Amino acid sequence: MAKPNMSPHKNPMPTQPAEERAHNFREVALGYSEEQALDEALRCLHCKNMPCVAGCPVHIHIPAFIEKIREGDFEGAYQIIRESSSLPAVCGRVCPQETQCESKCVRGIKGEPVGIGRLERFVSDWHNAHAPAESFSIQKNGHRVAIVGSGPSGLTCAGDLARLGYDVTIYEALHTAGGVLVYGIPEFRLPKDIVAGEVDNLRAMGVDIETNIIIGKTLTVDELFENGFEAVYIGSGAGLPNFMGIPGEGCNGVCSANEFLTRSNLMKSYRGDVDTPIQRGGNVIVVGGGNVAMDAARTALRLGADKVSIVYRRSMEELPARREEVEHAQEEGIEFRLLCNPVEILGYHNPDNPRDPRNGFVTGVRCIRMELGEPDERGRRRPVEIPGSEFEMPADTVIIAIGTSPNPLIRSTTKGLEVNRHGGLIVEENTGATTRAGVFAGGDAVTGAATVISAMGAGKVAARAIDEYIQSGAQK
Amino acid sequence: MFRIVKKIPLNPTVTEMYIEAPLVAAKALPGQFIILRVDPDGERIPLTVAGCDKKAGTVRIIFQIVGATTEKLNHKKEGDFLQDFAGPLGRPTRTEGLHRVCIVGGGVGCAIALPVAQKLHDDGCEVTSIIGFRSKDLLILEDEFRAASQRLVVMTDDGSYGRKGNVCVPLKEILDSGERFDEVITIGPLIMMKFVVETVRPTGIPCTVSMNPIMIDGTGMCGGCRLTLHRDGKRVTSFACVDGPDFNGYEIDFDEAMTRGGMYRTAERHAYEETCRLFRMQKEDA
Repeated sequence: MAKPNMSPHKNPMPTQPAEERAHNFREVALGYSEEQALDEALRCLHCKNMPCVAGCPVHIHIPAFIEKIREGDFEGAYQIIRESSSLPAVCGRVCPQETQCESKCVRGIKGEPVGIGRLERFVSDWHNAHAPAESFSIQKNGHRVAIVGSGPSGLTCAGDLARLGYDVTIYEALHTAGGVLVYGIPEFRLPKDIVAGEVDNLRAMGVDIETNIIIGKTLTVDELFENGFEAVYIGSGAGLPNFMGIPGEGCNGVCSANEFLTRSNLMKSYRGDVDTPIQRGGNVIVVGGGNVAMDAARTALRLGADKVSIVYRRSMEELPARREEVEHAQEEGIEFRLLCNPVEILGYHNPDNPRDPRNGFVTGVRCIRMELGEPDERGRRRPVEIPGSEFEMPADTVIIAIGTSPNPLIRSTTKGLEVNRHGGLIVEENTGATTRAGVFAGGDAVTGAATVISAMGAGKVAARAIDEYIQSGAQK
Repeated sequence: MFRIVKKIPLNPTVTEMYIEAPLVAAKALPGQFIILRVDPDGERIPLTVAGCDKKAGTVRIIFQIVGATTEKLNHKKEGDFLQDFAGPLGRPTRTEGLHRVCIVGGGVGCAIALPVAQKLHDDGCEVTSIIGFRSKDLLILEDEFRAASQRLVVMTDDGSYGRKGNVCVPLKEILDSGERFDEVITIGPLIMMKFVVETVRPTGIPCTVSMNPIMIDGTGMCGGCRLTLHRDGKRVTSFACVDGPDFNGYEIDFDEAMTRGGMYRTAERHAYEETCRLFRMQKEDA
């Protein structure tokens, strides 16, 4: 066996230089070369108790795939990941490995953990570039399952069930499959070709994807059962964006991050040659500190903003976004205005000319400074306003990225589905079973806004439970 | 892909189409809308359904050519296909329990008002319809409204047909005469609906308006269609796609809605001019 690489540092991820990438939508991280991957694989100590696997929501056999890399068998490594994950090229890019698998890595105690995410991405990209299109010969079992939503949770559940022989149909409300992977996460973090490739893989496995069908509207959950589906998985995702409820939020130029990102990503307005318009240029303020806020800020920058500022009411320490995304944003020149919170959005008003075309457009944000007080129930220190500390920031666009509340469409049209006080569907944690027999759910529709990988984990759990449910004959 | 079964120009700027979309046709109720895309790089636009034939599996849409997308839509011929057509979205217009209703439609909004009038009429409700247009050339759906109404008043701004004036004139006369309705339902340009609401307000008759703000997904995800309501002295943010498109007219902040409707005016005008230029070039090439 080759000698382990005892460097305390990960092989750095090659990236596009910050000054260059701030002006294009090409992927920021470029991926390991074979040499870098082999070298990084040598950092794995192959611990017997595999703490990293316990940190992975879908329990990928991490040491086993790294071992295959070390042997130079990249396709073999891919197949090991594929046993547990339906979307390896996606997860290798967007998973918060630092709080999952890599947070448990023994190498992380004295130095940096093994770059598991980077290796996963390398293996998936190698497979996509080198392996012939997969052909599947799956023995069908004659049972039908409907999946609502083609985001990470629905795609995972569909993939696992299809592999078990189920006839799976995914219903997608929008015109393109992929859910948040397509409308939410920008091209520079997750190229849409990669999502399309994963979706094509599912189609090759025989999964039927019906776009433009809104479950709860075009068809109801009851009709899915009437049409012969034996179980339904709801992975309809997060819903309505939250707003702050402060004066001026109705000004032109104020939008939710969902709207801004949907325009750019799903509708492709970043390209500039499509019909959907988007606000470009000027001063942009993004309110919020999560990954969605980082995505919106970095998208605005690439669309030609003169200046992009993130306004967040806590400090850098509490910022919920991934560290890597924050660092990338800082390198690209995005300003972080921490410990302050908007109290009013200022709009233009020409008292002499009601027809002035600038009337109603945002001109700035009035913020108040905050300090951290006592910890709240989750242990995060509560931000408290400092009286009299208001100040104004100029803005042409204000993007609100402070979370979402679950979409009401399905729960309001389906009997027997109970929801919690936040509107999330109530499920059994170990199965994803909702309060209605035969209906399972997972992802943001249950938890509210969370990560791609936790949605995938929920899809996986539900696929197993749906299989047990149908095989036990309970659906009859 | 969704086939255009029939296309009928109703006037120089308004076109009627029947789209083959059996799942939508089976479900759509008056007041609900669909989202369509004309082509793969097209934008998603909402159009409220103007009726549907459940047997034939077709949905009737009536649209005014106001920008690039409706211009492209209007260039499609019978037998052509639309890229996407999804729905029905939004909540249907509430019609239960209504016995006497006044429908006030303006311009292409009449296309949305018509199925509501028809539904009420079919349910045995007494319907008064007031429909207004800029001029006789732009008049649409008169016969269908007549068939669905006990009383029909047609108004034109220039007096070229029916009575001269806007829809609020006869509405005010009727209300001033002491006549009462269970509800007034109004669908048309924002400025018209705003004034209809103000005309009805003194009577306290419930007044429903149909809002048509800018939308993207139409399914409750992007928040682009948000409206401000003034309810019990508080500002409430509401979403036309899942909470509407019908709203209590007394609560709507019309001024904000009108400003927000103009958010992309410059981009829209540019896109429209560019689209028209491209169509002209195509024609010249042919």
